[in-house]
Amino acid sequence: MTANYKLTVDVLRRELGGQHVWLLVLNTKGVNVWCAAGKGTFGTAEVVQRIQAVGLRALVDHRRLILPQLSATGVAAHEVKRLTGFEMQYGPILARDIPAYLANRLKATPEMRRIQFGWKDRLVLAPIELVGAAKPALAIFAIIAIVDLISHGRPTLGALRGFAPYLAAILAGGLVAPLLLPWLPFRSFALAGAALGVVVATAWLWLLPAGLLEGAGLALVMVAIVSFMMLTFTGSTTFTTLSGVKLETRYAVPALASTAGAGVLCSLLALWV
Amino acid sequence: MTRYLLAGHSLVIDEASCNGCGRCVEVCPHEVFAMNDHVARIVSRDTCMECGACRMNCSEDAITVDSGVGCAAALIAQMARGGGTDNPSCSCG
Repeated sequence: MTANYKLTVDVLRRELGGQHVWLLVLNTKGVNVWCAAGKGTFGTAEVVQRIQAVGLRALVDHRRLILPQLSATGVAAHEVKRLTGFEMQYGPILARDIPAYLANRLKATPEMRRIQFGWKDRLVLAPIELVGAAKPALAIFAIIAIVDLISHGRPTLGALRGFAPYLAAILAGGLVAPLLLPWLPFRSFALAGAALGVVVATAWLWLLPAGLLEGAGLALVMVAIVSFMMLTFTGSTTFTTLSGVKLETRYAVPALASTAGAGVLCSLLALWV
Repeated sequence: MTRYLLAGHSLVIDEASCNGCGRCVEVCPHEVFAMNDHVARIVSRDTCMECGACRMNCSEDAITVDSGVGCAAALIAQMARGGGTDNPSCSCG
């Protein structure tokens, strides 16, 4: 059984090539298994309804269905059994483990049941963060370009130079932080991001020294950017909890808003002092 | 850092109600449970992401957990709409 997310169905068709199996596809409105289970569209009601709609009892002579493990947040297997008579079993997390699972008499190994979050998984998710940062980045650039235009009377390369540290912070938060995730200190994503932000800002000012106010302004905004992007990366991971996100968001959002505000103030003062 | 803040904070199992079916061990993606004398026990609370799969699939209602998406972006979006901090809804999928 699977969701009607095209990529998933394609992967399953490839991985199940040569296997003597049926594939029951639920209508999850094109959403993947994990997200649909979280939303309830890959849920007990849809599973029961689909079993009846396709006339599964007449189609197969056995009474056993294999669900993807990651649909378990939406499906109550014992309820489906009670309502349809079908014995439910959760298969492995990854489609590529299904042939081994079938060969192993429908027994999943602990490795098949454990969710991984390797560097490739983390890198694949980086574009989401970077695309999300594009609009605020353009806004920052627009402000810098306008200030540059006003102070020089014409557009200069100074606008690009002024934007460079913020771009560096965005790349650090959206690309470097996810890659370095296992090695960053602190359990809190906002703190881990702030730590990385301090390192990036220090390195930046070491390479391109600036005045006290200008440097402080840059550093504060850079730390706030990296920390905030790291905080929003919680949604892309496989191990963060609602309890923890509630706790750190409550403290991090006001703290980061103040940090960024103080940074902007320093930068403005540096322009006119 | 691959262990999160307050991991498994809200997860509770009432071992007296457990019927030993082992379904929680089957559905958990972080090996939080193990069977011991036909009773499920929490052996790795620190890796729990509070996804709620175990509670959903416990026929005896022996498990409680405050589950939801551990996503700060979803939480911030909901708070910005004045929706509070309960059950933020994931908006990516």
